[in-house]
This record gives sequence, C-alpha cells and structure tokens, in this order.
Amino acid sequence: MSARAPKLAEAASIRFRDPQIEMAHGAGGKASRRLVEGLFAPLLFGNAPGPLGDAAEVEIGGTKVAITTDSFVVKPLAFPGGSIGELAINGTVNDLAVSGAKAEVLVVTFVLEAGLPTAVLETEIRAMGNAARKAGVRIVGGDTKVVEHGQADQMYITTTGIGGLLRGVTIDPRSVRTGDKVLLSGPIGDHGITILLARGELDLQADLGSDTRSVLPLVEALVKVAGQGVRWMRDPTRGGVATSLNELARDCGLGVVLFDDQVPVRDAVRGACELLGLDPLHIASEGQFLAVVAPECADAAMNALTSAPGGSEAQIIGEIREQPAGSVLVTTLYGGSRIIDMLVGDPLPRIC
Amino acid sequence: MRFVDEFREPELISKTAEEIRRLAGTERHYCIMEVCGGHTHAIYRFGLKDILPENIELIHGPGCPVCVLPMGRIDDGLAIAQQPEVIFAAFGDMMRVPGTQGSPLEHKARGMDVRIVYSPSDALRLARLNPGKQVMFFAIGFETTAPSTALTMMRAKAEGIRNFSVFCNHVMVIPAIRAILESPDMRLDAFIGPGHVSTVIGCRPYEWIAQNEHKPIVVSGFEPLDLLQSIVMLLRQLRNGEAKVENQYKRVVAWEGNPAALRAMAEVFQVRPYFEWRGMGSIPQSALCVNDKYGEWDAEQRFAVPGIRVTDPKGAQCGEVLKGALKPHQCKLFGRECTPERPVGALMVSSEGSCAAYHNYEHRKAAMVTSLSAIA
Amino acid sequence: MCLAIPGKIVEISSDNKDAALVDIAGVRRKIDLTLLQDDKPLPGDWVLIHVGFAMSKISEQDALDQMHTLQSLGESEAAIQEVSGLSADDAPPGGLA
Repeated sequence: MSARAPKLAEAASIRFRDPQIEMAHGAGGKASRRLVEGLFAPLLFGNAPGPLGDAAEVEIGGTKVAITTDSFVVKPLAFPGGSIGELAINGTVNDLAVSGAKAEVLVVTFVLEAGLPTAVLETEIRAMGNAARKAGVRIVGGDTKVVEHGQADQMYITTTGIGGLLRGVTIDPRSVRTGDKVLLSGPIGDHGITILLARGELDLQADLGSDTRSVLPLVEALVKVAGQGVRWMRDPTRGGVATSLNELARDCGLGVVLFDDQVPVRDAVRGACELLGLDPLHIASEGQFLAVVAPECADAAMNALTSAPGGSEAQIIGEIREQPAGSVLVTTLYGGSRIIDMLVGDPLPRIC
Repeated sequence: MRFVDEFREPELISKTAEEIRRLAGTERHYCIMEVCGGHTHAIYRFGLKDILPENIELIHGPGCPVCVLPMGRIDDGLAIAQQPEVIFAAFGDMMRVPGTQGSPLEHKARGMDVRIVYSPSDALRLARLNPGKQVMFFAIGFETTAPSTALTMMRAKAEGIRNFSVFCNHVMVIPAIRAILESPDMRLDAFIGPGHVSTVIGCRPYEWIAQNEHKPIVVSGFEPLDLLQSIVMLLRQLRNGEAKVENQYKRVVAWEGNPAALRAMAEVFQVRPYFEWRGMGSIPQSALCVNDKYGEWDAEQRFAVPGIRVTDPKGAQCGEVLKGALKPHQCKLFGRECTPERPVGALMVSSEGSCAAYHNYEHRKAAMVTSLSAIA
Repeated sequence: MCLAIPGKIVEISSDNKDAALVDIAGVRRKIDLTLLQDDKPLPGDWVLIHVGFAMSKISEQDALDQMHTLQSLGESEAAIQEVSGLSADDAPPGGLA
C-alpha cells in the first residue's frame, strides 16, 4: 500500500468563547490550543499560513531565520535537576532545535516580584549563564520589570531566540506519510513528576530530577544522518507526548499508532503515575524530543541517536497509519488498544 | 512493578482471552456488569474490549462515587467554602466536577482557597499548618475510602484539632447494586464485583445477589489478568447454571473483609436514612454521615448548608447511563453540549465516568472501524 | 472507585508504630498502618495502599497460586475433553482423577 498525500488539516475558524481565562488555557492541551487558534491566530496571524509550529520561519533581507519565544512560570523555582533559569534557556533552544534550527542568540525578559531576595535572582542568572554556555547560545539583551509583592510568583522569565536553519531538513507535518516511524529520544515524564513532587503537597519522595537539557546535539546528529527523511519534530513539554502527537495527527490528518511497551519511562515516574492515577504520556519532559522519520532512514536514525551522548535510551515508539485519522492510538502486545487524547487542563491526581 | 507487571503479562493475557472465547461460544449473549468505576477505567485503559468476543457485553455500573453525587451536594460543599477562612480540600477527582456556579477549580480561579490532596490525612495536615483557617475536607468514595476518612477524624479528635471538618459524601455499594437489580430495564446475567471495596466489606455482603437473585458475582482485581480471569470464572458459572459468590482477588481480599476498617467506620459514621443519588433518586440506607460522637468534625453541623436540590440540566440523562440502561452516546447531550472540556454531568468529567470513557475511547475507535470498512 | 497500588514496607516509623515508609517502584511515602493493626506488617512485607492508608497485606502465596491457575488455563479442560472422548470401557477405573 503506497502512502497517499495526507489531508491538510485547516485551522478551523474557532472563535474563542470562554468568558474568562482559566489555568487550563496555559496547560498546553486542548484549552490552550483553543485560545491560540480562536483568539490569537485570527487577530494576529492573519490567514493562517499553515499549522502552528514551535517556531516561525521568517525571511529578513533574503536570509531565512527561525524565531521563537517562551515564558517560564514554575513553582518551585528550583527543583531536583534544575531551576527556572535552565528551563528558560533550554526550552527556547529546544523549540528552535525541533523546528530544524540552531539557536544563536537569545534575549531575556524578567518580571520580578518586589521582595524577591537578590540571592535567589543571582542563582537563576548564574544558572542561565551556565545553560547558555552549555547550549552554545549567546544572550544579547533583555528587559526587567518589577511588580508589587503578590503580583508575580517570585519571577517569571521569557526568552526569545533566533537561530539559523539547519541544512538538509524541512520540518513540516504535511510531509508525514503512512509508514513513517515515530522516534523518542529518551524516557518521558521526569520533569513533570519532579515538579509535582517538589511542590510538597503530595508528600512523595523519589530519586528523580528534571531532565532539562538542550536537545540540539541529538537533533543535529539525527538530521546529519536522516536529512530530508526527518518530517516533523517536537519537544513534548506541557501536555506530554500525547498532546504533541495529537497535534501532529490533527495537522497531518493521519493516525499515530503508539506501541505501549516501547515507550521508555523511568521506574520512579511510572510508580508516581500509578500511585496518582496519571498517564506518563500526559506528563511534561524538558529534555526529550519526538521525531517522525521516513521508514528507510529509521535504522540509521536510531543508530545516530543511541550512539550520541545522552541518546542511549532513544526508542522507536510508533508509526504513522491511515487510521485512526486525526487521533492517536496506543496498542498493547496482546491486541488491546485505547485512544489517547490531548490533555484537558493540568494533569490531576485521582484516587478513584 | 511487583504485583502489577505479572498481571499484565501479554502472553498470559492472550491465553486467557482465548479461554474466554472458547467458553463464551457463539450462541449466547452475555451481559456482565462491572460495578466499580475503577474496573470501567481499567477496561478502557487496557483495551480489554478489543480482546473479548462480540457476545460478551460489558455494562458499566454506578460505582463512580463522583458521578453519583447530585449537583446540589457539590454546590453545598462549595457554599461552605465561600467563607473566607475556609480551605476547601478534596481529591483531584472532584476538581473539575461541575456545580451550578462552576467546578471547584473554576472557583479556585475566582479566588477560593481550593487544595488538592492525595489523602484525608493530608487535609488534616493542612489544618495543623493553618491554625487560623478552617479546613473542610470534601469526602467522597465508597467503603474503600470511608475507613481512611474515619481514621483521620479519630486522629483529629485525639489530637484536639478543631479547625478541621469533613463534608461526608461516602456512599455504599450494596444499596447501589440493589437499585440496579430492582430496575425494570435490567437485563444482566452476572456481576464483576468491586475488588477494593471488598477488602473492607469482604465477600459475604454479596451472597444475596447469588442466593436471592441467582446472579453469579466474582470479586475481581484491577489488572488485565484479574478482570479476564474473573470473566472466565463468571462464564464457567453461567454455563453450569450456577450462581455463587467467588473471590478472584484472593491476594488482597479476605472473605470476612477488614475488621479494623469496619470498626473505624462504625466509630465515626452512621447510615443516613436516605440519600439522593444522581439519576437514581433517593435510596434508603445507602450513604454515611458523621455520628453525634464526632459531630464537632461534621461540616454539615459546623456550617450552614443550603441543601438545595438541584435537578440535572435539561436533556441530561446521567441517571439512565449510570444504571446501564442507556449507552453514553444515546444521551441527547453527548458529544454536543456535554464534552470532557465542557461537562454537563460528572460522568463526562470523572476518569471513571462511562461518558468520559466512551467519548475518549469508544467513540473514535468506532469511527475508525467504520471508515476502514468503507475503504475495504 | 478505588485506585490502590501495591507497595513494599521499607521501615516502620520509630515514633509511631502505626505509620510506615513505603516504596512504590522508587517513590516513597509515609502511610498509615492502622487498618492492619490486627495483623501488623513488617519491613519487607507488601501492602495495598489507597489514599495513604494500607488496606490489606498482599499474599505472595495467593498471587503465585493465581499465576499457576492462569498458566494452566485450558490445560485441565483439554485433559477432560481428551478423556471424555474415550468410550465407557476405556475410562480409567475410579473415574477421572
């Protein structure tokens, strides 16, 4: 069976009807998408040129660059494995990387709460400096605002990054075909569970830390080997793998089939999810990425990832099929399956 | 994970499914109700319907303690929490359940102090840490959870913690099963019994189902192999014309239940003369309330509770779906006015609610099969 | 209703015999053992945990028995079918074992 051209999923003219902004609108799932597609896109982006990706490609004076921005709001500010400063650098570097671009420069804005101890701020600035050096990116400017006590959770950071396009790769969900393979760079959910535990409300301890890191080296290793065979990439942050792949399914009009037993999850993440009734596929990672590659490149792509530093746990976790069109299906070895949707709001622990 | 992974072993699952197909044959149609919402969730999570033969129909029972709460009770709990010094503490399951003025999370967005807890003891801890506040714990659950609430209240009393109270919505599983069996549209052959409730109440309380109603019931665990083995046991009984109570979940369920848990419940709670169940009306002796000995920690005694009866929104057929008389997609509001994002009733928002499960899983898989057959 | 998960007792609290630290695949939490006071668990025992309370001890023997029953599913049925295929003359004396 030959892979046919996928349907182009048009950005439906969803008018945003919610009367007020809720937490769910920032959680990265369906509500977030509704806000972006229903309010921002029609008013700011004009006629949507195509599916909304992690970064935008623009041409300035004949040179193509990629640009992206992201805000970082996290509680607590510091947690095992990292802090808000590192997230702010790596998050933007990663958004560019999975869009097929190498981050060159960042600008940073701070919204600081009056009363924030300088020592706390200094720790985060140092963390950002270290992360930027490690990621090979320069911070060239920024802005700072201070708001009254109680009007910001200590600090909010926004980073905007610009990068040059990586050669030999074009990221476009419309290029995805049936038979393509879905790759994942490593175990998922470390960051989300770490944050949940670090808040202390659930009284759980685990030997677990955020996986925040730049995925650019792994992306470069993949692109070097697979080139145009790389159709699409995304970093599964808020909303997790399930949300990212649902966006893909919707954008390419095909079905994404995941193999339950192939998705790498650390024991402690799995244990916390079982205990709290959460699904690892909905939990954020900050140092992993998904890639859809042409089947003929899959072996080479896997070799490139697993032999690169930090890529040893990469797995092929699924493939693209005709059905279920526009949805993501998780299958088991014994023939059971379930549809998994985007997250609605934040993942909530349950007892039932 | 020990005691989990062994019961998810793919080869054994396939083998057990084969045995089910052999036993089920082709001539007879079997209607089996799983009472417990946790079982409903497990069936969908593990995709078990895919490996069961067509002639075994699983009907979802009312064992979802969130789904059976009438909207009025949620409004009551939130009304108490409107007072500025009150902290509203509840399990995550409650957070998106709609009241007439919105869900607890929506109230939180408007400034109410709402906290998610994993354990009732965490709610008590909040009371210790916030001496100037009143912590109201919105307690839900069947008999599995009631003992833990009871123990927490006993601890509050023993430690003299006065800024803690419980809004008790614990419900009982036997009256729910009785209501199902008394329902005129009932056409069930057998029951998969609630495994974790049974760790508390044991297996004896189900004997009347077998003896008086002549329906087999197997108390089941929650892993795929548990559920499949329970179905094997039920089919064997049905084929032999038997009706008895069997315990499949022997590794944690004792026939006599947990005496310490039953003692704790008796110490703190009493049975309400009647309680309103969403869509099933008033059922006598079907729910618990705090007794006089612990009256000081009863939110319904400490605070003024409006107690307004709220009927389900127009067109909502939560009750019929709860009883298994209607399939979720047969409700007029399903997928239109009522979706997981904008739920009208709790069955669409609870992770165990049959409407949520159907909307997220069945609905799109059914579409998948239809389009495949269109291509063929 | 009833999300409950198996966990292994790591240690009983020194200041409160009814509390213990339990491990679930590397995640640890303090849980309440009061419901198991009639048959107190020891470190190394496995218990079923629901909302931070131990509901029941997990019987390793019963779990093993269950696995054995599942593994031999179909085998005993097949044996019965084989034997019942024989004529009455051929049936072993004393009936089926």
